[in-house]
Amino acid sequence: MLALLVAQNIAFYVIAAMIVFGALRVVTCKNLVHAALWLVLVLAGVAAQYILLAAEFVAITQVLVYLGAIVVLFLFGIMLTRAKTGTDLDLDHDNSKRIGAAVVGVLLFALMGYALWDQYRDDEIGNLVVQRTAEVSDSIFSTYLLPFEVISVLLLAALIGAIVLARRD
Amino acid sequence: MLVNQFLFLGAILFCIGVYGVLARRNLVLVLMSIELILNAVNINLVAFGAMWHAADPANLSGQVFALFVIAVAAAEVGVGLALVLMIYRNRQSIDADDVDLLKG
Repeated sequence: MLALLVAQNIAFYVIAAMIVFGALRVVTCKNLVHAALWLVLVLAGVAAQYILLAAEFVAITQVLVYLGAIVVLFLFGIMLTRAKTGTDLDLDHDNSKRIGAAVVGVLLFALMGYALWDQYRDDEIGNLVVQRTAEVSDSIFSTYLLPFEVISVLLLAALIGAIVLARRD
Repeated sequence: MLVNQFLFLGAILFCIGVYGVLARRNLVLVLMSIELILNAVNINLVAFGAMWHAADPANLSGQVFALFVIAVAAAEVGVGLALVLMIYRNRQSIDADDVDLLKG
């Protein structure tokens, strides 16, 4: 049991370091296509964290929807707006605005970190049980049926809206 | 594992995303930073979901809400990229600073 816990912790920290490094590259990279590819690393790392949390269905959905669809959509967006494929120095605001953004980020992290530490300190997640796909679907189609229907209407509306906006007329 | 490990990972990812939204000028990169923020929120939801599930096996709300967030994120990216494309078509540029018609 202890060996498993140590292994889980090592896996968590390795994947977390990967996610943070990838995310920093996404927001600092000077090349649009590279930024999209670093985003793949971040999203895959998040899927791995879901596996660590024993949430298998969300992990698979993350891989299908984010890695499969959204990143491809981003690459299409990059190509359709005819961005420079090489290094592009026009991607960021000038230095003073970037420093302001960094200050906002650090302050926000300090605030959230204080609140989280104050509230949860050393709370354990507890005994991780695999959350089976069948149980998740039971929950969606009983307790959360109405939100599920609303989400499907929202997706339909977004689909039609995207077609109307992007159509050449 | 501590629940705070996951919450702090989510907080770090969220702040990096906020930095990206503020510091980037290219609209596609701003959308990518928003994806980072949404993923940070999802990590929190799934971590809390695992904690509740350990206490009460019938409670799967965390995962269900994470799935809803993923669905809304997909819709958001679709509409967002359509808007970016529209701006590019009208102004031949996707620089956030060029979209300033409302500025007095």
